[in-house]
Amino acid sequence: MTTRLERNVTYGILALFTVIALTPVIGILSTAFGSQSSLDTGFSLPKGGLHWSNFADAWSRGHFGTYLGNSVLVTAVVVAATTVLAVLAAYAFGVMRFPGSTVLFHLFVIGLTLPQEALVVPLYFDLRYAELTDSYWALILPQTAQSLAFGVFWMRTYFRGSARAVIEAARIDGANTWTTLWRVLVPMARPAISTMVVITFMWTWNEFLMALVMVSDEAHRTVPLGLAFFQGQHSSDAALLAAASVLIALPVVVVYVALQRRFIEGMLGGAVKE
Amino acid sequence: MKATAWTRAYRRRAPGEPRAIGYVYILPALIVYAAFLLYPFGQAVWLSFVHWDGLTVATPAGFDNYRALFSDASLRAPFLHALLLLVFYAALPVAIGLLLAALMSRVRIRGMTFFRTVLFLPQVLALIVVGVAWRSILAPDGLLNDALRAVGLGGLARPWLGDYTWALPAVGIVGTWVGTGLCMVLFLAGAQRIPRELYEAARMDGAGPLREFLTVTLPGLRPQIAVALTLTIVAGLRNFDLIYITTSGGPGNATSVPAYEVYHRAFETNQVGSAAAVGVALTVLIFVLTVTVSRLVEGRRA
Repeated sequence: MTTRLERNVTYGILALFTVIALTPVIGILSTAFGSQSSLDTGFSLPKGGLHWSNFADAWSRGHFGTYLGNSVLVTAVVVAATTVLAVLAAYAFGVMRFPGSTVLFHLFVIGLTLPQEALVVPLYFDLRYAELTDSYWALILPQTAQSLAFGVFWMRTYFRGSARAVIEAARIDGANTWTTLWRVLVPMARPAISTMVVITFMWTWNEFLMALVMVSDEAHRTVPLGLAFFQGQHSSDAALLAAASVLIALPVVVVYVALQRRFIEGMLGGAVKE
Repeated sequence: MKATAWTRAYRRRAPGEPRAIGYVYILPALIVYAAFLLYPFGQAVWLSFVHWDGLTVATPAGFDNYRALFSDASLRAPFLHALLLLVFYAALPVAIGLLLAALMSRVRIRGMTFFRTVLFLPQVLALIVVGVAWRSILAPDGLLNDALRAVGLGGLARPWLGDYTWALPAVGIVGTWVGTGLCMVLFLAGAQRIPRELYEAARMDGAGPLREFLTVTLPGLRPQIAVALTLTIVAGLRNFDLIYITTSGGPGNATSVPAYEVYHRAFETNQVGSAAAVGVALTVLIFVLTVTVSRLVEGRRA
């Protein structure tokens, strides 16, 4: 039914928007491999081969080795904690009936719309009072709480949809709730759990405001915070800045390319439909 | 003995259905969530009713901090900027996405996975990285100005992010870049699910492209439009990273937004109460807008 013209127009538009989406990305990449002496603060094409040394410089001179280590640690703990806590809570919300469960569940859903900006001010003063600012805890605990809103909502939707017959069968076989969850439901829930894991990973890895507020010493900086400070100090050094940007974006992009369905599904699932 | 008695009582009360144990499963998550999200939000509400510099004793402020949101021009401006930015962050991406979905809805697209991956890419990049990339595009000797000069429009070239008039739209365009792919991916997927027969029926009835869009594509995409608007509005209002890295609210306060104002007031000028009020007002704004979207677009009571 469609004409050749329609077809060509469609692909033309898709190609145009693909180029628009990729221009800044390619710009960053080409600058990252460019020469450091270039005074151009804009994008430049690498002349005289690829300068891999920019990455080494960002790693050592820009201390991105340390920052990456911090980011890996914080992200790993937040993702692990969110996953375990969200699976446990969502299991109860999804398959058990008990007084107050609806109210409690809605308390978790509220967290999806509460902006961080409203939380970060009291959190800073609380954690400073507890002498936890400038520690990994100040990054881990608030981000776990915020990820739980999504995690509980997401996993509860999954457990609700999972076959009641399976749960009944497990119960008749004498499995208690704990065994049913870990031996039966969690193995089945692997796709839903991996969606939650990649989304939490991305949010935590990219988080900036919390790190900016909670961390003032260099030892606990995460990569986005490192980049912001790096830009403040070396704004003329476009090549190093771009190399550092690539180092930050790469882990998420690699996982994204491998598991793009999970990312898209999870991010669109975050728009609460209650 | 005791255990079996307990088990029996438990079974009798809930034949096959676990009950009280549900609280045990929820407890760990609830503790973390309450301590680091619910409780701080309550504190934010409390802080919004006091004057506090973060060090000395707080004094009650009544509704002063909220009244200032309307009376103080330096607080009104961020909210106006945020609403204006929503045109770039939410309205434009949705409009572009719809237009393209309309143009493409009649073609089965090959290589959709590739296009989807690339178009959605801006969504997964750290906004700090996006900000760094766009700073160099919008820089005085950046890609945009170079391109303008190359096509003989050098007169239009300017330091986009340092210009009082153009800084806000420039930051807005970055948001449009981030959001458009999300809307396209959503709408394309939605449009491909609209039954072909509806289009054929519309054409049989002599509907032109515009009619077809209004009677078939647009109603068919309602749920996707609601999701797209919700996500882009919430992301647009929460936007702190982009503003911080590209303009820091400047020049002057030309690109100041509530999210940035919270940070600025609480941690740079020691007006903690006022910062909390901005944060709470931002929460209310997000809430009102998302509820409005679900009512208007989806036509159901939220």
